[in-house]
Amino acid sequence: MEKLIEDFSLGLFVWQLVLFVGLVLLLRKFAWKPILGAVEKREESIQGALDSAEQAKKEMENLQADNQRLLHEAKMEREAMLKDARDLKNKMIEDAKGEAQDQANKIIEQAQATIESEKKAAISELKAQVAGLSIEIAEKVVREELSNKDKQEKLVDTMLGEAKLN
Amino acid sequence: MRLKIALKTLTLLLFFTNFISFAQEHHAEGENTTDKRTEIKEYIQHHLQDSYDFGLFSYETEAGEQKHVGFPLPVILWDSGLKVFSSSKFHHGEEVAEVDGNFYKVHHGKIYKVDGPEGEIVLDEEHHAANDKPLDFSITKNVFTVIIVGLLILLLFSSMAKSYKKSSMPTGAGRFLEPIVLYVRDEIAIPNIGKKHYKRYMSYLLTIFFFIWIINLLGLTPLGVNVTNNIAVTFALALLTYLITTFTANKNYWGHIFWMPGVPWPMKIILAPIELLGTFIKPFSLLIRLYANITAGHIVLMSIIGLMFIFKNWIGSSLSFGLAFVLSLLELLVAALQAYIFTMLSALYFGSAVEEHHDDH
Amino acid sequence: MEIPEIVGAGLIVIGAGLGIGRIGGQAMEAIARQPEASGKIQTAMLIAAALIEGIGFAALFAA
Repeated sequence: MEKLIEDFSLGLFVWQLVLFVGLVLLLRKFAWKPILGAVEKREESIQGALDSAEQAKKEMENLQADNQRLLHEAKMEREAMLKDARDLKNKMIEDAKGEAQDQANKIIEQAQATIESEKKAAISELKAQVAGLSIEIAEKVVREELSNKDKQEKLVDTMLGEAKLN
Repeated sequence: MRLKIALKTLTLLLFFTNFISFAQEHHAEGENTTDKRTEIKEYIQHHLQDSYDFGLFSYETEAGEQKHVGFPLPVILWDSGLKVFSSSKFHHGEEVAEVDGNFYKVHHGKIYKVDGPEGEIVLDEEHHAANDKPLDFSITKNVFTVIIVGLLILLLFSSMAKSYKKSSMPTGAGRFLEPIVLYVRDEIAIPNIGKKHYKRYMSYLLTIFFFIWIINLLGLTPLGVNVTNNIAVTFALALLTYLITTFTANKNYWGHIFWMPGVPWPMKIILAPIELLGTFIKPFSLLIRLYANITAGHIVLMSIIGLMFIFKNWIGSSLSFGLAFVLSLLELLVAALQAYIFTMLSALYFGSAVEEHHDDH
Repeated sequence: MEIPEIVGAGLIVIGAGLGIGRIGGQAMEAIARQPEASGKIQTAMLIAAALIEGIGFAALFAA
């Protein structure tokens, strides 16, 4: 220990202290501050780049999701439109069919009605003719038969029986 | 990492040139082993000591004259007035230097005042010099090395800082230094101090880490400079750590020292002086650790290198060469490890100084 | 009989050596058990070893 104290050189101590403090101050100004500042800035910029890359990736993902959604929507819309169109077509066909049916029915009905009325007219005409004819025949028969009373009755009966059959 | 290996290889190469210069120096020496032993011991002691001139190596000529290769450094003394002169006046400690009518002599690496041109150092009973000592602020070899290392670090890191202006990636040496800077920040400062306060201490931690590391590595080169094995240097560094810890400490830190929360009050009174003593012991252990590790490493390494010249047979010498090689690799590790430990513990102390009060324990 | 100071220092250094050896060994074991925590274990190991080392050196210089 004494040897250590004896070895201690005040001059060297003072020089070392002064020079070292000077060195620290000089280095702080000319080296450490710029170096650490630059390193920090670089680290920040790297971090920033990484962050923005992450951001871009996220945005990209968002965009992709959006696209997917839009595509999906478009598909759905198309589907819907197609369905509508098909429905419309079916409806139109259906309507047309119904109308045609109605029309046809109506025509048939009309035709039937016409036929009926024609038939009635024909029948009534026929009846009128038959009646005329009958009357004519009856007149003739009556003229002829009225001479013979038995024959008259017999004729009447026969006539009546025939008329009933008709 | 590759650069680090290259750097270390370079240091290692420089280290081996040390062997060579050391070998050359003793080539023309006598055969007496006891002489050799004392010489090696003296050489090691001399190597560990600070000196007033920057000696690279010395050798003896055929005529038996001691030749020194190196350059003198300025001596600055305060002895009733500022005295500045070149250390060449001492002639490597062999002669008395005369400055403005005062006479100075170097004795065991320190300057003493003597009476005249033929003045001698007066020794007391304990073999300590009794002469007056002027206040000595000389640019010694160590101070010179500190200046050089300081300039080197300044140059290295200010050029690294400049390279960031051009691009966000460093160029040149910065590529190798940046991971170390980041290591100090992410592995030493932030875990020990915390994210909130670490920025205040970064300058000090980075400077101390690189200063100790580079100066330790330089100590392994054949320049023969050993700065961190001077107690004055490590004391100055530890003092700074202590001062920073003390002056940036918050209320919580002092609370833990003088009035330890969560213990009964008689214990608080007992703990206060212990804790206060602890605040001094912590930086003291820092300075002793760095000093002792580097000194011990140098002594062991140089002793083993010295063994090569004592064995004088190829088995022993090559064995000690191998050992010296392995040890010098270990010393490279120690150079970095001590810088790491010093920085780490400093950060730990700073961390305890700014720790927030979290819960009662 | 007076025991030289250096003997005490030697004893302390032996103790410190054993302590550091134990720290190192235990750290190895811990790393083997939890390799993912090796960084933290190394740091803790170095700090503990440094503290013991400090005691060893203090003893060495006190002698």
